[in-house]
Amino acid sequence: MSRVVRHHLFWPAAILIALLLFNLPFTPNFFAIHVRNGHLYGSLVSILIFGTPLILVALGMTLVIATGGIDLSVGAVMAIAGALACWYISRQPDQNSVGAVLIAVALALAACVLLGLWNGFLVARIGVQPIIATLVLMVAGRGIAQLITGGFIITVLSKPYATIGGYAFTAPTGVFIVTLAVVAMLALTRRTALGLLVESVGGNSEASRLAGVRARRIKIMVYIFCALLAGIAGLMNSSNLSDADANHAGLWIELDAILAVVIGGTPLTGGRFSIGGSVLGALILQTLKTTIFTIGIPSQANMVFEAAVVIIVCLIQSPDFRRRLMAPFRSAPPPPAPAAVSTQEPVEVSS
Amino acid sequence: MISRRALLSGAVAAAAAGTLAACGKKESPSSSSSGGTKQITLGFSQVGSESGWRSANTSSVKDAAAAAGINLKFSDAQQKQENQIQAIRDYIAQKVDVISFSPVVSSGWDTVLKEAQAAKIPVILTDRQVDSSQDLWVSLVGSDFEIEGERAAHLLEKVLQGATGAVNIAVLEGTTGSAPATQRAAGFKKVMDASHPDWKIVASQTGDFTRDGGKQVMAAFLTSHPEINVLFAHNDDMALGAIQSIQAAGKKPGTDIKIVSIDGVHDGFVAMAAGQINAIAECNPLLGPQLMDAVKKVLAGQTLEKWIKTQEADFVAADAAAALPNRKY
Repeated sequence: MSRVVRHHLFWPAAILIALLLFNLPFTPNFFAIHVRNGHLYGSLVSILIFGTPLILVALGMTLVIATGGIDLSVGAVMAIAGALACWYISRQPDQNSVGAVLIAVALALAACVLLGLWNGFLVARIGVQPIIATLVLMVAGRGIAQLITGGFIITVLSKPYATIGGYAFTAPTGVFIVTLAVVAMLALTRRTALGLLVESVGGNSEASRLAGVRARRIKIMVYIFCALLAGIAGLMNSSNLSDADANHAGLWIELDAILAVVIGGTPLTGGRFSIGGSVLGALILQTLKTTIFTIGIPSQANMVFEAAVVIIVCLIQSPDFRRRLMAPFRSAPPPPAPAAVSTQEPVEVSS
Repeated sequence: MISRRALLSGAVAAAAAGTLAACGKKESPSSSSSGGTKQITLGFSQVGSESGWRSANTSSVKDAAAAAGINLKFSDAQQKQENQIQAIRDYIAQKVDVISFSPVVSSGWDTVLKEAQAAKIPVILTDRQVDSSQDLWVSLVGSDFEIEGERAAHLLEKVLQGATGAVNIAVLEGTTGSAPATQRAAGFKKVMDASHPDWKIVASQTGDFTRDGGKQVMAAFLTSHPEINVLFAHNDDMALGAIQSIQAAGKKPGTDIKIVSIDGVHDGFVAMAAGQINAIAECNPLLGPQLMDAVKKVLAGQTLEKWIKTQEADFVAADAAAALPNRKY
C-alpha cells in the first residue's frame, strides 16, 4: 500500500478520480458511455475530446520545462497550425479530398517545426531567456495567424479534416494520437539515453556541455518537438470545430499547460520530468472545467472556484505540506525524508 | 467566397493606405485649399481585430468613408487603451475635423477627451460606451445590447408559438463582465419576467463568445440537464459550437432543441438556412454609413441624438435563405 501511495503518479491520479467522483451527485449519468450516431458519447468522452489539445501541449511543455526552459508560444503555434490548414483546405475546389487534407496537415506541421526551430535558435544559439524568446512568438504568432485568416473565422466543411479532432473507429481520434505520442515519448526518453540527456541539460546545462552532452542541440530539439505537438493540438482543435479562429484558438493554453505539467509533478526548475504526470495534470484541468459547467457555478465565480481547486491540488501535491498536515495525527515521528526522494529513478514507465 | 476574398484584399489595401496616411503627419491642413467644399478628415481608432464582427465593422467604416468622400485616418489599437489614447492625441495634433473611436474599456477617457474638447474637435463614439461626462462627447453610434436581448426573447416567443410543454432554457453567456453579455442577459430576463413566468433557465454559463466555449459548455449541459429544449446564445459563434455538441449527443439542433442567438454573422445564417438555428437578432457591425452621416451633421452644426442606434433586423429560419447572399460578414 505504502508503495502505491509513494508512487509519483499516486496523488495526481487520486485527485483526478476524486474530481470525477465529485461530479456524480450533480450528473448521475456522469460515467455512462453510450453509442450515439455511430460513435461513443458521454461526459468522459467529452473530457477526452476537449482535453486532447491540452494533453498534447502539456506533453511538449514537459520536455521543454525539463531542460529548464518554458514555451509561451504554444497557443500562438496552435492558432497558426489551424489557420494554415483551414486556409489551404478552404481554397480547394473539393474540400473532402483526402489528398488535399494531407497536404494541409503537412503544411501546418512543417510550419510548426520551423516555428519550434526559431524558438530553439533564440534560446540555445542566441542565448535569450526562454520566457522572453518564446514571448516573441506568443505575441507575433497570433498576428501571423490573423494575417492568414484575414481577421475572419475560416469555416471548412471537410469530412476527412473533421476526423482528426473527431472520431475514428467510434472512439475519439485524440485518444489514439495521445497514446501514440505518450508511447513514442516514453520509448525515446526512457528506453534510450535521451531522457537522461534532457534531465542533465535541465539540471545543469553548462556541466552537461562540459561532460560532452550537446546541450544546445538537445534544447533546440525539445523546442521543435514542443511546437510540433502544439501544431498537432492546433489541428485537433481546429478540426474539432471545423474552423480556424486566429483570435481564440489556443488562447492562454500555455498557462494551462504549464499548470498541468506542474500538477503532474515536474518541477519548473528543470531536471526531472514525468510524462504520465503531465497527462494526468491536463486531464485534471479539463475535468475541472467540465465540473464547473455541470455543477452550475455562476460564471462570475468560475475563476475563483478554479483557483481554489488548483491551490488545493498543488498543496496536496506537495510532500512537505502533506507531512505537516499529517504531523498532528502521527504518533511516531515521520520517517526521514531522503528515503522517499531516492525512489525517483526513471524506471516507472506507467502512464 | 469570391466577394469575401475581394473584401479582404480591399481591407488589407485600405489598412496599408491607412497606415501610410497615419505615418505622414504633415499633410492634412493643406487639404482644405482645394477650393469649393473642404474635404472632411476623420480620425478613427478601432479597438483591434479580435473577431469577424470587428473586421466587418472596420471594413464598413473604411468603405463608408470612401463612399462619402471623407478622408479617413485609421488606426488599430490592438486591444490596448494606451494605443488608443496615443492615436487620439495624434489626431488632435493633426487637427482632424472629427475624432471617432470604439473604446477598448469604458473608463479612463476623461483626460484625452478634455484635450479634444480644448482643441474644439468633436468626438463621436462607436459601438461601445464610456463612463466619462456626457458633454465630453457628441454622440454614440452603436447597438443597444439590452434591446437585443429583448428582441431575442421576442424571437423565442415566435419560435415557440403553438408549442406546448415545459420550456427549459440553456443560456450561453458572452465573456463575463463584458457589456454585451450583461446587457443581453438583462434584456432577455426582462421580457421573461414580464410575460413568460413559465420559461425556466435551467443552466447558464459563459462560453466566452467563442465556438470552442459554446461547444464545451453545451456538451456538459447536455449530460447534466437532459431536459434542455431551448438554447439562447449571446452570439452566433457560441450557437455554432453548441450545434456540434447537440449533434454529437444524437439530438437535432433546431428541432429537439430550439436555438435563438444574436449577431447575424455569415456562418450563423448558413446554419439558420439549414434549419439548425431558429432565429437570430441581428447586431449590426456595418455602422460606417451612419457614422459618416453623423460626422457630416456635426460639422454642419446640427445637433445629434446622444445615442444613434444602429439599424438592426430580426430574422427567423424562413428568411435565412433569402437573406444569406447579402450577409457581408
